[in-house]
Amino acid sequence: MFPFRIPIKDWISDAVDFLVSELGVIFDGISAFVYFLVDNLKDGMLALHPIILILLIAALTWYMAGWKISIFAALGLLLAENIGLWQAFVETLSLVLTAEILVMVIGLPLGIYAAKSDRFNSIIRPVLDFMQTMPAFVYLIPAVMFFGLGLVPGVVATFVFALPPLIRLTNLGIRQVPKELTEAADAFGATNMQKLFKVQIPVAKPTIMAGVNQSIMLGLSMVVIAAMIGAGGLGADVLRGIQRLQVGQGFEAGLVVVILAIILDRITAGFGQRKSQPE
Amino acid sequence: MEEKIVIKNLAKIFGNNPSKALKALKEGLSKEKILKELKQIVGVHDVSFTVRKKEIFVLMGLSGSGKSTLQRLINRLHEPTTGEIIINGTDITKLDNNELREFRRKNFCGMVFQNFAILPHRTVLGNVEFGLELQGVSKEERQKKAMEIIKQVGLDGNENSYPSQLSGGMQQRVGLARGLTVDADIMLMDEAFSALDPLIRRQMQDELLELQDKMQKTIIFVTHDLDEAFRLGDRIAIMKDGRIVQIGTAEDIISKPADDYVKAFVEDMDRSAVLTAGTIMQPVKETAFINDGPRTILRKIRKNALTGIIMTDTKKTIKGYIIAKELVEYINKHKEKENIPFDDSLLHDVTKVDSEMPLNEVINIYSDNRYGPLAVTNKQNKLLGVIVKGSVITALSEDFEPENS
Ligand SMILES: Nc1ncnc2c1ncn2[C@@H]1O[C@H](COP(=O)(O)OP(=O)(O)OP(=O)(O)O)[C@@H](O)[C@H]1O
Ligand SMILES: [Mg+2]
Repeated sequence: MFPFRIPIKDWISDAVDFLVSELGVIFDGISAFVYFLVDNLKDGMLALHPIILILLIAALTWYMAGWKISIFAALGLLLAENIGLWQAFVETLSLVLTAEILVMVIGLPLGIYAAKSDRFNSIIRPVLDFMQTMPAFVYLIPAVMFFGLGLVPGVVATFVFALPPLIRLTNLGIRQVPKELTEAADAFGATNMQKLFKVQIPVAKPTIMAGVNQSIMLGLSMVVIAAMIGAGGLGADVLRGIQRLQVGQGFEAGLVVVILAIILDRITAGFGQRKSQPE
Repeated sequence: MEEKIVIKNLAKIFGNNPSKALKALKEGLSKEKILKELKQIVGVHDVSFTVRKKEIFVLMGLSGSGKSTLQRLINRLHEPTTGEIIINGTDITKLDNNELREFRRKNFCGMVFQNFAILPHRTVLGNVEFGLELQGVSKEERQKKAMEIIKQVGLDGNENSYPSQLSGGMQQRVGLARGLTVDADIMLMDEAFSALDPLIRRQMQDELLELQDKMQKTIIFVTHDLDEAFRLGDRIAIMKDGRIVQIGTAEDIISKPADDYVKAFVEDMDRSAVLTAGTIMQPVKETAFINDGPRTILRKIRKNALTGIIMTDTKKTIKGYIIAKELVEYINKHKEKENIPFDDSLLHDVTKVDSEMPLNEVINIYSDNRYGPLAVTNKQNKLLGVIVKGSVITALSEDFEPENS
C-alpha cells in the first residue's frame, strides 16, 4: 500500500546498538551490582542447611500470616528438598527477591513522586501502560543485549515487568490519603517530609503493600520466561520438562513455584493487613 | 477586649481568573451568575470581622455558604485571593512557607474536623502527641503532656487503643486532645460535632464549654446547626453566599435578625432557650427606700399605677417588696399618727433572677412566684430591671424588640 515502510525495527535496533556501544560501561556497572546482590543472596541461602532456612521461612510466615500457613510453608519446602529441587528453589527465590528489592528501591520513590506531581504522573502513566502490556518475552531481547545471558538479565527482565504495579499502587495509595489528614498535618505545621513519613506513607501502607504483593506475583510469573535466557532456577526445570516432554518433571517444578507463590503472597498480604499496628 | 484575629476585606475565589470575578462582584453580580458566566466559584468575599481573645466565635450558615473556606483561610490552608488576616498583630498573608509553618506551630492548636481526621495508624497517645512530635519535643516530655490532656478530655485508659477501636465520641475527643496538647491558643473546629449522635453531641458541647472555662482558648467553631451555634458561641457570624450577613450574640441575632435570610434561619429556633432575663426585662419605673416612710411609699406606688414596689437601699441593693394592698391596710390602721413608723412585716422577699438566666428558666421561676415582679439583678446583686407577666409573653411572640440590650 505504501511505497515505504516505517523503519521502527531499525530505529529500535540502532538505539539499542547505540546504547550498548556508548553506555556499555554503565550497563557493566549495573550488571556487576545486580550480580553481586543476587549471587550473594543465593550463596548465603545455600550456605545454610535446608532445614535451617525452612525453619526461618516458616517462622517468618508464622509471624506474618499465622500458624496454618506456616505449617504449609514448612511442608511445601520439605517437599521441594525431597524431590531434589532445593537448589533450583533457592535460585528462583534469590532472583525474585533481588528483583523485588530493586523494584522497591526504585518504584517507591517514583510512586511517591508521581503522587506529588501531576505532571510526572501524566508522563509516567503511558510508560507504565506500555511496560505492562508489552508481551514479557520482548523484554528478553534488550535484557540479553545489555546484560548477556544468566541470572542478571533474568533479574532485570523480572524487575521491568514487576515495577509498574508498585509505582501505580504507591501513587494511588498516597493520593487516596484523606485530604483532611494531610490538612491536619499542615495545620499543625508539619514539613513536607514530616507529612510524607508520618502521615502519607503510613496511611497508604496497605495499598503500597498490595503493590508489593502484586509485583512479587508478577515477578514469579516471569520465572519460566527468565529461564529462557539462562536465569536457571525452577523455571529451567519447567522449560526442560517442556522441551523434553517430561510432564512429571515439569509439573514438580511448577508445583514448587506455586508453593513459593503462596508463601510470598501470604507474607506480603500480612504486611498490608497489619495496618493498625505501629511500624 | 483584646483583638486576637482581625480579618479585613477577605476574598477567596476558586478558579483561574479571580480578578475578573472580583470585579464582577464589585459590580453587584451574584455568586450564581459569576459561576454561570465566568466559571469562577466565589468561596468567600467581602468579609471583615474581628475575633476577640478567648471567645468562641461561631461561623454559621447553610451548606456551601463558605464557612469552611473562611476557616481554612484563617490558617491559610487556602490562599486568600485578596485581603488581610491579622493574627496577634501579624498579617499572615505576607508570610513565606517557612514562616507560615512556624506561625502555625506557635499559634494554632491545629484543627478539629467533622470526620475527626485522626491518624488510623497511631494509638490515641500517638495521635495526641503528634503536634509536639512535629515540633521536635522529646518523647518523654511530649508523652507526659499528652497524657495530661488525655486525662482532661476523659480518655485515660484508652491511650494505647487504636482509633478503629473507639466510638465516634471518643475519636472526636482524640481530635480535641490533639489540638489542646499543642501550646497554642487558637483552635479551629469545623463541624466538629456534626458526626456525633445528638446525645453525645450535647455532651461534647458541654465538655467543650467546660474545657474552655479552664483552657481559655480562642475558638473558631463552624457549624450549620443553630442550636449548637447558640449554645457555644459568644458571638455568631451568619454567612450566606460567601459573605457574612450578621455578626452578634445569640440574643442580637434572634431578636434583631439583619434580614429575611437570618430571620428564616432563626424562625424555628426555640426562642426561650436563647433570650435571657436581661433581654426581656423592663426598666424599673420607681423604687422606694425604707426611710421614705409608708405614706411616701404609697404615693410612689399610686403615681406609677403599680400593685407593689421594690424596696432598695441607696446603692440599689434589693431589700424587699411591698404589696400596695397591704400597705394601704397598714396605713389605715395607723391613720391617726402623723409619722407612721415602717414595719418590717410589710417587707416580702423578692424573687431575684440573674440577668443572664435563659428565658425558659425564667418562665419556670415566674410561674412559681406568688406576688410581684421578678427582680433582674447583675452579679453584684444590683437591681437592673423587672420582669412582669407581660414581658414574658411579648418576648415569646415573634416581633419582640428588646429595649435594653
Ligand atoms: N477547593 C475548592 N475548589 C473549588 N471550590 C470550592 C473549594 N472549596 C470550596 N469550594 C466552593 O466554595 C463554596 C463554599 O464552600 P464551603 O466548603 O466553604 O462551604 P461550607 O459553608 O463549609 O458548606 P458545608 O456546610 O457544606 O461544609 C462552595 O460553593 C464550594 O463549592
Ligand atoms: Mg464545610
